[in-house]
Amino acid sequence: MLSSTLSLNLATEPLIDVRQLSRVDHTGATQLLNPTDFALMPGARIAITGASGSGKSVFLRALAMLDAPVSGEILWQSNPVSSDMIPAYRTHVCYLSQRPALIEGSVLENLQFPYTLKSLRKRTFNLSVASDLMAKAGKDASFMDKPAGDLSGGESQIVALVRTLQLEPQVMLFDEPTSALDPQSAAAVESLVLHWFDAGAGSRAYIWVSHDPQQARRMGDRHLTMVKGVLQTGDEA
Amino acid sequence: MNYQNLSAVDLGIAAALILINGALSVMLKLGLERQLFWASVRTVVQLLAVGYVLGWVFANAHWYVVLPLMCLMTLVAGISAAGRGKRTYAGQLIDSVISVWSSSWLVAAIGLFVIIHIRPWYEPQYAIPILGMILGNTLTAVSLGIERMTQELVSGRNTIEMILALGGTRWEAAQYAARQAVRAGMMPTLNQMTVVGIVSLPGMMTGQVLAGQDPESAVRYQIMIMFLIAAGSALGTVCAVLLTFRRLFSADHRFMIHRLLTRR
Repeated sequence: MLSSTLSLNLATEPLIDVRQLSRVDHTGATQLLNPTDFALMPGARIAITGASGSGKSVFLRALAMLDAPVSGEILWQSNPVSSDMIPAYRTHVCYLSQRPALIEGSVLENLQFPYTLKSLRKRTFNLSVASDLMAKAGKDASFMDKPAGDLSGGESQIVALVRTLQLEPQVMLFDEPTSALDPQSAAAVESLVLHWFDAGAGSRAYIWVSHDPQQARRMGDRHLTMVKGVLQTGDEA
Repeated sequence: MNYQNLSAVDLGIAAALILINGALSVMLKLGLERQLFWASVRTVVQLLAVGYVLGWVFANAHWYVVLPLMCLMTLVAGISAAGRGKRTYAGQLIDSVISVWSSSWLVAAIGLFVIIHIRPWYEPQYAIPILGMILGNTLTAVSLGIERMTQELVSGRNTIEMILALGGTRWEAAQYAARQAVRAGMMPTLNQMTVVGIVSLPGMMTGQVLAGQDPESAVRYQIMIMFLIAAGSALGTVCAVLLTFRRLFSADHRFMIHRLLTRR
């Protein structure tokens, strides 16, 4: 009885709860994100579209706490996040940029890299998990030894995605991850994401920023639009 | 042969050698005549002035004369260390003055008090040239360190943000850039140390030998000064790089690249 109430509570509690979050540019003159209230529930698949420069990335980066907001707060599982907890928060809420950044070395070394960081040091790299994910993207075992510098844009993005997904984050923030990719790599990225999402059995959530309406429909259950720093429900008016 | 004093005529002959540069500039259309002229004038004026000032300070060897002069030298070194490089940020001047000041004074104090045992503690004949040599090298190290740091942060921006996004701390994100910067700052001194005595005879040693000091004793001083310089520039670089790091990464692990400005 008690356990069922608890799990019910967990399911209805937002993963990320944002109140009056806003950002201005560093000169303080331009409003990049108008004060925004937003709740990301477990199991949510949200797609955001909007013109370039409308503030989609600004919103995602603010959620990942990569840029400082001028107002508002971000609650993680109903709790504020203190400065020293931000790295740990980012291991649960991962931001993936449009331009994949890989370190010098092989694909394998890139996949092992996160485990050298202080906030993930207690966890260990699992080769079979990583290889499984790679296999889902159509990459065989020999791919692991390839130098990162020799990879195509699509391959690099797949490596960056697997590097993040193997950590099993609860929330993913995708910032146009496939906009520079060939259709085949884009399909691999989408299927990896759906696999990660389904493996969470409703406990995980993501926000996908895209400029492609078809992809937004495919990847999102709920569709939001960013217009000049204002997050709006539904399609562009 | 005893120590030969140089007369004004002797200096005139030496100065006339600049005409070689002038002639080359005209012949090869280098367009450097103006700069050559002013560089020569500055060399003569600055050195005459410093000789005059030093002569006066040596004759009035009081702590309240020597100490302000040392502060002034340090301040000028700190300011000129900040004035180089393609990029800057608010607070760079303070950071470079702090770095130059703390590292060079610490190392100079060790050299003057622990190694040479000068008496009185402000003895200008030792304190000023030794601090000056440390300052000159620390200045270069600090400015190279800051320049390389900012350059690495700009070129490595994607990687830095990737590390932060994966849950890395600000230091984990910045450490590659910081290492490269410290390395760059220490490199000139290391290069100098590996060729000293073979490719070049250092100025101080040459001066001591010319003044009649036996080479072996001059060499001992040179060895000491090389290590003081090495320590000063290493400390200065590390200090400058850490201060730059603190300016550009916030305590909540954010990379504030917008604080970096391109110098015009």
